Formats: sequence, structure tokens, C-alpha cells
Amino acid sequence: MKHLRSISELGLEGLTRILHLTESMAEVNSRPVPKVPALRGKTVVSLFFEDSTRTRLSFETAAKRLSAETMTFSVSTSSVNKGESLRDTIETISDMGVHALVVRHKSVGVPWQIAKWTNASIINAGDGAHQHPTQALVDCYTVCEALSTKDLSGVHLTIVGDIKHSRVARSNIQAFSMLGAKITLVAPPTLLPVNVSHWPVTVSSDLDSVLGSTDVLYMLRLQSERMAQGLVPSLHEYSTRFGLDDQRVAKLPSRSLVMHPGPMNRGVEMLIDPSEIPNSLIHRQVSNGVSVRMAVLFELLSVEELS
Amino acid sequence: MTIAVRGGHVVGLHGVERVDVLIDNEVVVKVGANLAGDVNIDAVGCHVFPGFVDLHAHLREPGREDCETIATASRAGAKGGYTALIAMPNTDPAHDSVSVIEFVREQARRAGLLDVFPSGCITMGRRGEALAPLGDLCAAGVRLFTDDGSGVQDPVLMARAMQYAKSLGVTMAQHCEVSALTQGAVMNECACSSDMGVPGWPSIAEELMVQRDIELSRSTGASVHFLHLSTARSVELVREAKLEGLHVTAEVTPHHLSLTEELLTTFDPVFKVNPPLRSMSDIRALKAGLLDGTIDAVATDHAPHARRDKELPLDQAPPGMIGLETALGVVLSAVDLDPMQIAAVMSRNPARIAQIAQTHGHNIVPGDTANLCVVDLNALWQVNPATLASKSKNTPFVGRQLRGMVRSTMFRGEITVLDGVAQK
Repeated sequence: MKHLRSISELGLEGLTRILHLTESMAEVNSRPVPKVPALRGKTVVSLFFEDSTRTRLSFETAAKRLSAETMTFSVSTSSVNKGESLRDTIETISDMGVHALVVRHKSVGVPWQIAKWTNASIINAGDGAHQHPTQALVDCYTVCEALSTKDLSGVHLTIVGDIKHSRVARSNIQAFSMLGAKITLVAPPTLLPVNVSHWPVTVSSDLDSVLGSTDVLYMLRLQSERMAQGLVPSLHEYSTRFGLDDQRVAKLPSRSLVMHPGPMNRGVEMLIDPSEIPNSLIHRQVSNGVSVRMAVLFELLSVEELS
Repeated sequence: MTIAVRGGHVVGLHGVERVDVLIDNEVVVKVGANLAGDVNIDAVGCHVFPGFVDLHAHLREPGREDCETIATASRAGAKGGYTALIAMPNTDPAHDSVSVIEFVREQARRAGLLDVFPSGCITMGRRGEALAPLGDLCAAGVRLFTDDGSGVQDPVLMARAMQYAKSLGVTMAQHCEVSALTQGAVMNECACSSDMGVPGWPSIAEELMVQRDIELSRSTGASVHFLHLSTARSVELVREAKLEGLHVTAEVTPHHLSLTEELLTTFDPVFKVNPPLRSMSDIRALKAGLLDGTIDAVATDHAPHARRDKELPLDQAPPGMIGLETALGVVLSAVDLDPMQIAAVMSRNPARIAQIAQTHGHNIVPGDTANLCVVDLNALWQVNPATLASKSKNTPFVGRQLRGMVRSTMFRGEITVLDGVAQK
């Protein structure tokens, strides 16, 4: 495997392999000195054209724990601000002899476009509202870990919120359905993509009616700009209909898991402190992030050496 | 000097006839058997058409001469069999003053490869706020008005433009796009855009404006021409309007007849056009509309863009693809048109819509201006970017096999293209 740009590009086999590899990486991370020399001599560049805290830090931590060199490209201090084109930026960085580019960009498709201009592996850390494959890998791993299973057949995942603008939702729908989960999307019609009839999901606009059968409740962040765009009448109405409060938590079956990719919008989709949710996986999602990204880097960069 | 086009199937008014055509000093002087000139062009196995007329070409001059100039577009047009181009007004400055119109004409005269008829803006600077000097531009010879690149959003302004059009005897050509419905759109609103997470350009954004302008044409009596129709419902609306006898005409581009929305899943901005590539069912409706005469003309929407602009991310890259050199091949590879239909949609109908039928889109009889092209309808060829005359190379048809090749083009009796090679 050369690149990781989308879950569909990864496929079930690749997904399973990475989840398996993540277990080994988690073991490394549990050691007193969580570092192995697996990627010594490799250089990983994080190229974030869009803000990120957890994704960038977890990639850089993952690379360091595998003994790869890391470089951070920050748009605000780079030549991009001097008007350098995307192609020139990619070619310049590639000329330095790098092995992987971890890319986040607000524009859909950038990981595919830049792959033509470099020999490095491309890891998509989020392209617009399209894909965020490592987040989906983290989420699948976290659910499998919590349920002590590798097969999610029969598990009912409910994703709530702004599906339309969510790369996390798009990646997770692909990944969880590959692992056999049954998926329900809950959102106001204006925050659903226009055409989802071909997606392996059922759609509802009534959160309360699906909570009772939900095994994993996945809350998405609602950005306040959606209100400015007129996609929701008011944040208050949105929270009332789609926010997670203690009453809704009480409607969940007792073993149900609750997730959120962060950053949370407290008072909008999260009306309850996560620490008050009995089976919240929100912290596990962050801590598993490093292990999953170690697995991804190992998969892409060490396989290349063998072949 | 006389030129004889010999042995070809001449596509005249009443059908196809195997005759020779003799040209003397810009004019067709004789059509008949066994004609010889000082120069003889072998057209055996080929069809002789009136020179093609493109209702929709972006020449980029003035303003973006790094993408295309009137000279390079003229050469590309000649290679595509064209002897007349209608220049779209979205240059910098735009075609909203007589001086810009005259500049464009003058540059075309210098190039001397085909006639360029500049369209005029409907509104000043194409901003959709105030009418351009329609009367002055009409007096300077402009017959087709458009804000192409954007549609005129304000119905009051458009109604006034149509009232002017009616009194001046000119045609309003609309780029049908209700822009409030296409904010940030990069492709058709469809299953693929939902998968990709990009804002879609819904069909209804076109159809609402087609419908509005049909009603405005009905109420004002003005002629309206619909640019680059792309949806099945638009074709239906135009068909109904024509049945009612309203003064409406329409065009379709080669790419909307042949390429579908799924191509955007490659994220390659070469496939980004405006209006966007649509679905297979839209293509079927567009083809049916072209065959039954609902759609009058094929127009290229030739839109050259510099490589650096088309290398931007999909949402930032400008829409458009070049088309002058590939139009015939793409259309014939997509739609089964007979030679009479080809002459109609590539030359005669667009010449009528542009009001240039005196010199273009004629029937190839003595007395006609010698604007002709010789086409091998069965020749198969592949697009090679290195031999394109256009300054920009943003075509998705590279490497595709196309059917139908322009062998020679004659503009006012001068050979501009011979055996597929531009002569100047």
C-alpha cells in the first residue's frame, strides 16, 4: 500500500491489517520507553494547510515513537503565504527526500492531486468534508477494543449531527459498514448530503426514537457557521433536537458507548459533561490515535522497503 | 488565384452531392463536375461543409493573453473547421464598450484566420447591476449579448434587457445559473458530490433561469438564446417553448454530450466546467434534443486556462476546458449525426442565431463567401497536446480516439488549414 487517502482505497483487508497492527503498536506504547527503531531513517512531514491540534500532534508523536524524522510545515510561516503554489510547495518538500506527507487541506481531493507531484506516500489527515481515514481507523479500533471483538456485525452505530460537512462521518460510514455495523444517521435534512440513498445507512431525524437501539452513539461537532448559512434555524433548536443531554444518555441502553471526534462544542451538541457519561470513549479515541497512526506509518513506510 | 475543392461530397441545402467547388477571390463561383483551379484540394472521401460557426468561445484577449490570444484561438478554430467565432465578453476589460469590441475585431483581422464576432455584455462589467450600452454596441455591429460566465440574476434588469433586445432586433444569450443555488459548487449535485463532500450545482439552478427567460421572451417578444444547456429538464422546457412558437434557441457543448459527473471523482480540475458535467440521463436528453432540433447548435465553450490555474485544488480551479480543435470529433464520437445535421448544428443554425448568415453557414452555391471546411467523417484520430494550436492545453480528451477529422479549412477563399496543418 502506497497511500492512505480514503477508507474505500484501503479496503476491508487493509482496514483489518491496520487494526491488527495497531494492537502491536499499543503494546509498544505501554512500555516504559515507548519507542522502537522501525522507521529509522524515514522522514515524515506534516503538512497542515488547515488548523489541527490532535491529529497533527498524534501523527508527529507516532512518527517519533517509530524513530522517524519529523518535519512540520506550518502554512502561516511558510512560502505559501508568499503566494507559492501547492505544486511548488509539494515539489520543494519532496526534493528534500521525504518518505511520507501527512496532509490536511480544506479542499476536497488535494491528497489525490498532490500524489502526482511527489514520490512520497500521502496520508490524508482530512480533505474538506471528504475523508479523514485515520480518524475512522481510530474510531473502529476504539469500538473493537471496548467490545473486545473484531467483528462489528449486529452493532448499531448512530451518527448524529452535521453529516453533510463531515469528513469523519464519510470515513466512518465506510469503515464501520465494512466491519459489519448497522448505521443510522440522525440529522436535520439540511445537514444531510443531497443523495445518500446509495449509502449503507438508514436515516432518521428523530434522535429519541433511535437511542433505545443504539450500541454506539457518535456525536459530531456542529460548527456555528452552519447557522449563519441558514442550514439550521437556531443553535438552540439544534441542541434541543439533536444535542446529547442527561435525559438522552438515560435513554441509551446501559452498555452503549458514546463517542465524539473532538473538538467538542459544549452547549451545542454536547449538553452534558463527557465525564458524566458512563461509557464515554472520548478519551480512548485520543489515546488510541497515536497507536493507530503508528500502525499506518509502519504499514506505508516499512512495506515500501521490503518491496 | 482560383482554388478547386475536388471530389468531395458537398453538403448543400438540399442534400449531399458529389461535386467540385471552384473558388475565385473569396467567393464560390462554380459548383459542378470536373472543375480545376490554380490550386486543387483533394477532397475525395471527404465532405465539404460550410465553415463551422462557434457561438461560444472564450478568447481571453484582452486580459489573459497568457492563456490564449485571439491569434492562437483563431488558429485553433481554423484547425477545428471554424471560420467564425462568437467571442464571449468576459475579458478584462469586458465587452461593454465599443472600443473593446473594435479591439477584438482588429486583433482578429490581424490574425486573419477566421471572423471573430464579439458578443456584447448585457450589463456593465458583467456585474448584473446596470445595462451595458446595448444600442451603441448594436450600432457597432454586435448582435448577440450575454454576461456569460454568469447569468443575469435580477429579473427586472433582464426584462429591461429583453425589451431593448426586441426593439434593436438582437438576441440575448443567457448563461443560466441562479447563483444563490450554486455557491461554492464544483460539480453536479449528485451521488458523487454527496460522497465527495463537495457543494453541488443542482440542475434546478439552470432550469429556473431557463424557465424565467422563456417567460420573459413570451412577455417581451425578444429572442433569447440559451447557452450550454446541460440538463434534461432544460431541454424539455426549450422544447415546449419552441412548440409554442416562442423565439428561443439553444446550444449544447461537446463535453456535455460526452462526459459525465463521475469523472470528477478523479479530483482532476480538467473536468471542472460550468455548468458542470451531468448524468447519463441528462446526456441522453441532450442528444435527443440535438437530434430533434430542440437544441439548434453545438457550441464549444472553449475556455483556455493556464496550467497553474488548473493545478489549483478542485474548489479553487477555474471552470472550463478548451474545445475548438476537438469539437467535431467529440460530437461525432458521441452522437450519430448525418452530414446535413452536422452542417445544421455546426454551421447553419449558429450562423442564423448570430445573424451572420450573409457570410457564414451558407448552402455552398455560387455567390457565397468561400468559408468552407473539408472533413473526413470516418477518420479516427487521437488528441496530441503537443500539436494543439491553443495556447492552453486543458482538455480531457488527450489520448481519446475521436471520429471525424478536419482536413482543410478555407476562410474567405484563403486556405487556412491544409491536411490538418494550420497555414499561418
